[in-house]
Amino acid sequence: MAYNFKEVMSRPERLAPGHRMCAGCGGTIAVRNVLRGLHEGDKAVIGNATGCLEVSTFTYPYVAYEDSYIHNAFENAGATMAGVEGAYNALRRKGKYNEKEKGQTKFITFGGDGGTYDIGFQSLSGAMERNHDMVYVCYDNGAYMNTGIQRSSATPMFADTTTTPVGTESNGKPQNRKDLATIIAAHDIPYVGQTTFTTNFKDLHTKAEKAIYTPGAAFLNIMAPCPRGWRYNTPDIMEICRLGIETCYWPLFEVIDGKWILNYEPKNKLPIEDWLKKQGRFKHLFQKGNEYLIEAFQKEVDRRWEDLLNKCN
Amino acid sequence: MAKRDRLSGNEAVAEALRQINPDVMPAFPITPSTEIPQYFSKYCADGKVDTEFIPVESEHSAMSAAIGAESAGARTVSATSSAGMAYMWEELYLASANRLPLALALVNRALSGPININCDHSDSMGARDAGWIQLYAETNQEAYDNMVQAYRIAEHKDVRLPIMICQDGFITSHAVQNIMLMDDAEVKGFVGEYEPEHSLLKDTMAVGPYSVSNYYMEARRAQMEALRNAKAVVKAVGEEFGELTGRKYGWFEEYCMEDAEVAIVIIGSAAGTAKDAVDRLRKEGKKVGLIKVRMFRPFPGTEIAEALKNVKAVGLMDRTESFNDCCGPLGAEVTAALFRAKKQCEMINWVYGLGGRDVRVEDIEKVFADLYDAVENGTNDTYRYLGVRE
Repeated sequence: MAYNFKEVMSRPERLAPGHRMCAGCGGTIAVRNVLRGLHEGDKAVIGNATGCLEVSTFTYPYVAYEDSYIHNAFENAGATMAGVEGAYNALRRKGKYNEKEKGQTKFITFGGDGGTYDIGFQSLSGAMERNHDMVYVCYDNGAYMNTGIQRSSATPMFADTTTTPVGTESNGKPQNRKDLATIIAAHDIPYVGQTTFTTNFKDLHTKAEKAIYTPGAAFLNIMAPCPRGWRYNTPDIMEICRLGIETCYWPLFEVIDGKWILNYEPKNKLPIEDWLKKQGRFKHLFQKGNEYLIEAFQKEVDRRWEDLLNKCN
Repeated sequence: MAKRDRLSGNEAVAEALRQINPDVMPAFPITPSTEIPQYFSKYCADGKVDTEFIPVESEHSAMSAAIGAESAGARTVSATSSAGMAYMWEELYLASANRLPLALALVNRALSGPININCDHSDSMGARDAGWIQLYAETNQEAYDNMVQAYRIAEHKDVRLPIMICQDGFITSHAVQNIMLMDDAEVKGFVGEYEPEHSLLKDTMAVGPYSVSNYYMEARRAQMEALRNAKAVVKAVGEEFGELTGRKYGWFEEYCMEDAEVAIVIIGSAAGTAKDAVDRLRKEGKKVGLIKVRMFRPFPGTEIAEALKNVKAVGLMDRTESFNDCCGPLGAEVTAALFRAKKQCEMINWVYGLGGRDVRVEDIEKVFADLYDAVENGTNDTYRYLGVRE
């Protein structure tokens, strides 16, 4: 069926208003739109690693989810949902859970990059390798935002964070960003998708639906800007996402049963400065004498983009 | 019909689990508990159970998946030892705080280091404040019987807390003993179906909130109430089990305590050795006795103090080091219980059997000799090591 933006956007909200996430938070946009991938009448159990999303959407005695929800701890969202899915399999097998009455039940878990790339990496890797029928969604804002903007392995090179502060001896984070979508693809699971927010949200909505309804393990990596951590003007979020794609910093791709598919190739690949200069965390790169840092960043973006093109051809 | 068999403690627990047929078992191997998930996954492979066995990549994930499964309404079990339990630590607290009646077959083993695969109680004793019910076993039979009783206690509506079924690594887990097994149907009937009031799958519900200071303390208090309720439930289930099998269980066992002048309080397999020492000394006319603690959490302090009210000296036997320079966990609990009961006697706390150090009948006879000496001469040396080279 052709993608119908109006239809998708008119689906009921499964993350109710009234939660305590920041205005303009990319994480919330990611969650609301991933959950639009669920078909009407189907039910989800939503999991969550500790982070901004969890403390702001399930603050006792209030919960913002319309579906069942489980938060366990920071580093185990993968394993926790694996247990929920295991229970579902067992109870169905034993005739204790009748899905016909309830519609399909889907298992979707969310984690920030801290809970996914770093502390929850082992738990995620195990759950993916065992191929549980679940979707793990990383809303990647490139730092530990909940504890106050500390670097993660998802933080881009040279970003100014509170544990890689810029100073006379430091240009921000010295290392490259870990490429998690590729690592998860190497687990040989049925579906991996990388996406972010595009003007019509088609890319995210279609990938969410595929991820949710593909049998077996699926992983979605969503660049979800954080206005506080990235230090940009909050309404600029869509422009920042667009520039992330157009500069090839954040390519849109899928890996379906081991086959790499590039979903979008910019007609004119924009220079990385265009993405960097919108964000306060890269302000120091634009000081006189630091041009070489931007060159190094550009080189890294180019190298990875070429690598991706090779995988997709 | 009950059946006589010869099984190791691990086989006995695995056999109980086969009979229970739980819904989900996430587990990761660690010596000496490895055999439990091994035997159990073979039951799954042979269609003897229809449990979902999840071979997770770590113990942290084993307990995390167990929490997910139990929240989803599945009767859940895992097994571990030592470092495996240490790796679960954070999750142990979450299992109890979320009021999830899952079971953990714990085969007690020393915590590293030095790394050591043999028995002591440092793993479960370290987790004594994690909000779990803890039952310990002297024999393979007790390990089996405790496992059969586990869910009746944990899932009771007044309790709803996780339960740790502990046995001593290698000493009972690997040694083969005669054992009476219940009939499959009898176990099934005794344990019953698990029908949780709420679950992630049956209802729309949320588990694991963030809670600020205006709710956290009430949650903890409510959890304590549940653990307190477990006390009566453990007793009632143990009595019902006794009616069914002839093997009755309570919070602790009193051995030759009626007229005892000196006694020891001990946990686990070494109680068997200590009973031999009691028998020998009784033959010599010495009025010695023993209390074997089965339920360490919740701790039946008032009742133990009552059982000790007539002794002149008591030896408190800890199979772990607490590193506080005054007592072990069992020593601390019993001393405090006696003090609260305004009962004063000589109290000596021994640390014994660490890392699988053998405990012989002669060692326990020496303990009783030292206790008699303390009765006669008093002692300031109240924290000692048994069977150590110094």
